[in-house]
Parts: sequence; C-alpha cells; structure tokens
Amino acid sequence: MTAQLTPRNIAIFVLLAALVLLPLYTGLSGNRFMLTLFTRIVILALAAVSLNLMLGYGGMMSFGHAAYLGIGGYAVGILAHEGIASGFVQWPAALAASALFALVIGALSLRTRGVYFIMITFAFAQMAYYICAGIARYGGDDGLTIYKRSEFVAPVNLSNKVQFYYICLALLLAAIYLVWRLVNSRFGMVIQGARSNDVRMRAIGFPTYRYKLVCFVVAGTLCGLSGALLANHNDFVSPSIMYWTRSGDLIIMVVLGGMGTLFGPVFGAVALLVFEELLPTLIKLLGTPMFGEQAARASEYWQIVMGPLLLLVVLFARGGIDGLLRKLSKERA
Amino acid sequence: MTLFIEQCLNGLQFGLLLFLLAAGLTLVFGIMDLVNLAHGSLYMIGAYFAATFAAWTGSFVLGAVLALVATLLVGMVVEVVAMRRLYGRDHIDHVLATFGLILFFDESVRLIWGPAGLSLPLPPWLSQPVQILPGVFYSGYRLAIIVVTLLVAGFLYVLVMRTRIGMLIRAGASNREMVGALGVNIKLLYTLVFGLGAALAGFAGLMQAPILTVQIGMGENIVILAFVITVIGGVGSIRGALVAAIFVGFIDTLGRAFFPDLLRMILSKEAAATAAPALSSMLIYLLMAIVLVVKPEGLFSAGQK
Repeated sequence: MTAQLTPRNIAIFVLLAALVLLPLYTGLSGNRFMLTLFTRIVILALAAVSLNLMLGYGGMMSFGHAAYLGIGGYAVGILAHEGIASGFVQWPAALAASALFALVIGALSLRTRGVYFIMITFAFAQMAYYICAGIARYGGDDGLTIYKRSEFVAPVNLSNKVQFYYICLALLLAAIYLVWRLVNSRFGMVIQGARSNDVRMRAIGFPTYRYKLVCFVVAGTLCGLSGALLANHNDFVSPSIMYWTRSGDLIIMVVLGGMGTLFGPVFGAVALLVFEELLPTLIKLLGTPMFGEQAARASEYWQIVMGPLLLLVVLFARGGIDGLLRKLSKERA
Repeated sequence: MTLFIEQCLNGLQFGLLLFLLAAGLTLVFGIMDLVNLAHGSLYMIGAYFAATFAAWTGSFVLGAVLALVATLLVGMVVEVVAMRRLYGRDHIDHVLATFGLILFFDESVRLIWGPAGLSLPLPPWLSQPVQILPGVFYSGYRLAIIVVTLLVAGFLYVLVMRTRIGMLIRAGASNREMVGALGVNIKLLYTLVFGLGAALAGFAGLMQAPILTVQIGMGENIVILAFVITVIGGVGSIRGALVAAIFVGFIDTLGRAFFPDLLRMILSKEAAATAAPALSSMLIYLLMAIVLVVKPEGLFSAGQK
C-alpha cells in the first residue's frame, strides 16, 4: 500500500512528527509543563487505542474501560509498596492482572448485549473501584503514593522525563501497530464481521463469542499497560483513576477522534486533553473584549461550554476528526 | 430490634425513592430506546428548585409543587432541544451526548447557585417523629415519603395501565413504527414521556432534599443506582423497576447498617471499619452482575428489545 498525500495522511504525519519532536521543543523552551501534559496525553491515547479495538472494531460498547487503568496502576503501586521495584516484575504483573480481570469480566459480560452490556461492564468497573477504595492497607480512598518508579536495567530510567515520554510514545506506536496487524488479520475480519452482523457470522460457522472474548482480553491488557504507565507518571495511584467518568472520557476520546480508525483515538486524546487545558484560557481571551471582567469569571466554568460542544460533536460530526479529514480527502480527489 | 425495624423502613423509603428515578429512566429507556445518563441532573435540579422556591414562598408544599412543574418544563425543553435528535442513534451517542449534558447542568448549577450546597428545612408538622408501634418511633418525614411515593406509584400504574395515554406509551414501547403509522403524534408523546420522567426524577430529588444536602453531583451517584435497578428489573418494565428498586433499597440500607458488624466477625476491627462501606456499596453491583449473568435481559423484560 503506497501512502498518498491526502489531508488525512498529512495530518497523521504532522501529528506523529509533532509528538516525536515535542521533547526537543520543551527542552529548548524549558516548558516542563508541556512535557508532563503530553506524557499524560500519550498514555491516555494508549488507553483510547485499546478501547477503540473493542469499541470501534469489535462494536463492544464497554462503559467500564477505566477499570483496567486502575488494575494496571494498582499492580504497579501495590508491588512498589511491598518493596518490589523491578519493572520486569511490575509490568508483567500489571498486564497479567488486567488480562485475567478482562477474561473473567468478558466471559460474563459477553453473554449480554446492547444496553445490558454497557451496564454490566459498568457494574464490574464500579465493583473494582469500590474494592480498591476499600483496601485500607493500600491507602483506600486516599490512594497510594509510589515513591520509586519501576526499575529497569541500566540505560533505562523512568525518572528521566524525556526518556519516560519516549517510552510511552514507543509503546503507543507499538500498540497501534498491534491493532493494525490484528484488524487486518483473519481474526480482525471476524471481529468486524461480528460487529456488523453477529447472527450471520455465527450462522456461517464462526464461534463469535470466543473471538469477541479474545478481543476483549487484548483490549483490557493493553489498557492495563496504560494504567501501569499512568501510575508511574503520576507517582501515585488512587481509586479515582478508575472512576466511571474516566471511562466516559475514554469513550469521548475514541468517538471524538473517529471510531474504528487506526489513529482516530490518538487524535481524540490529543484534541480532548489539549482542549480541556486551553478552554479556560480561550474563554477568557475571546470573552474579555465582549464581556470584560465577567468573562474572566466565566472561564472557571469552562465545562458549561464543554458539555454542549460534546453534544454538537455527537449530533453533527459523526465519524469524529478522522471522519472530517477523510471527507476533505474525498473532496480533493 | 427497634433498630432493625427502623432500618427496614429506611430501606423501603430509599427503595421507593429509587423507584421514582428508575421509573422515569425505564420509561425513557423502554419507549425511546434512549440511554439518559443526565437523568440524575434532573433529580439534582428538582432539589435545587425545591430549595429555592421553598425559600421564596416560605412554604414547603408550595415550593415542592412549583419545583415539580419547573422540572417538568426543564425536561420537556431538554427533550425538544437535544434528546429529540438522538432517537434511533447508537447507544454510544446517547452516552456521550448525555454525558455532555451532565457537565452542562453541573456547571450551570454552580454558576447560578454557587458551589456551596443548599439545605431545605422541613416544616415543623413534618419533622416530628411518629410512633408506629408501641415504643417504636420513626421519622415522620420519611414515613410521609413512603406514603407519597406509594401514591405516585399507584398513579403511575393507573396512568400506564388504565388510560389512553398509558396505552399509547405501552404500545410505543413494543412497536413505535406501528404506533406512528396508526396516526399517533409520536413526537408529542415522546416529549410528554420525557417530561414525565424528568418530573419523577425531580420529585425524587425534592423529596430527598430535606434529608441530604442539596449539592452538585448529588444526582450522579443515585442515578447509577437507578440504572442498576432498570437493568435488574428489565428495561422498559415499570413493575420490574418497582421490585428491583425495593430490593436494591433494602440491600443498600441494610448492607450499610449491618455489614460492618458481620465483617468484624471475620476481619480485624480496623480492617472491617474501612472495608465495610466500600464492600457494602459493592453488593448492589454484585447483585446486578449475578442477575445479568443468570437472566441477561433482566428479571421482567418488556418486549423483545
């Protein structure tokens, strides 16, 4: 497949180039905040990519995806708390724990469909939330401070901010590659077939339940990895990492970027989080000439703009950012 | 024993309150096939309206009535402006759009009423404890809630099962195209149903307001319970909602009251004290997971959806 110079490909290229070159800019300008922000964005983009695998390609509307963030995060946090700092133990443990959780939850949830599936995944995530809030040994509601980031062999040092950023970015790209290979394989074809017509897929002899379960587990595991990264990034993990609004945020990223597209979730994560950062300032800037002092006060209430904006995206911009880019491409062609 | 009776009544009262919320949700769910996360916002708005109007008019009952009407209107406006465009879309669109509405409502309330919570004082004639059994006293207001919600449940039953509008609502739940084809003004029906759901949620909010503080985000936690109830009861089934609501109300209240003592038998005192609230909040989700695994369509599923 030769890449064409469509607006969509150019946008993807620009986005990737910007992400790769970002530490250069922050290093030169000394803007530390920007690096921290974008590390967070890259980590959550990884979570969004994993959600997209099951939601966008598999058509499984999970409203509890943040649970895996929490499980991955707590795996790292608990091991660190118990004195096991090696990343070679922590990270596989995070992956294994989220895979196991996803296997159990998936096996039960996939018996239902539609609204019931949304609600049962949600219920399990809430259960995980309350379990973590209830373990007094690991901080309960207040969370768990991680005094030392995961340790790897000599040149790798997660406390180095630039290095950590590049590790996250590399893992994100690897995850996108994995998703690309998966959805274009026979497995991916079955998953997508089951999304558009499950009954028909079963009628021609595919045991779709098993395929979906594998998809569910892969997505959960990837998200667990994201959780392990997030815990390292924050040096902290608390139940709020898997509060249900976080699952909502992840869904927003996927839909905003474009469901069932490779780079959509990355666009969505960047757009949503940058927008959240910028909106208060934006309101102040645009509003002050018109409303004066009032606007400065209103910028505290930026969510009042965010809410209706979400509504507008859902109503008028289906297909998200990727959809817009693709539309541009078609008009040019 | 007194404590047990009291907690059982609390459970019943909470269950009935949850039923008010769940009934609105399940109506909207079953008829419009709409997942409305913002249902809790209407509950919150009902409580805020009640606190404000009661302060203005100086009368609890008058404030409650005004708040009920105002929430009904807000609900109908929301339906016309936003929800109407979401019918027939994917559930994921509903989740996102109504998530946006939650943000909007929460911030609007913060803008109008400020970040601090309000309180709604009870009139003296309602705040007296009532003797229900010899030697057993119970909060008069909670008793009033039980009576009033039972009346509302009865009204709802008559409305849905015995009137022409109710017939249309039930018909809409099982086959909306056919109802539309028979010449019923589906748009108006939907606006009414959504408004009815909003009013029920607002009613629950204003009833609960004197017991809890009226604050931002008060709707989110309780609407989650309402969702759990609709799913356990079976989407679209009001009867299922009633049964599940009372069940969940009991489990939640009794779990919170007696679970810590039970835990203390197995765990150390300290561990039990911290684990109990979290674990008792979990019970309900556990119940829902079990119900869905055993009966994936809920206990009383209405129709084929």
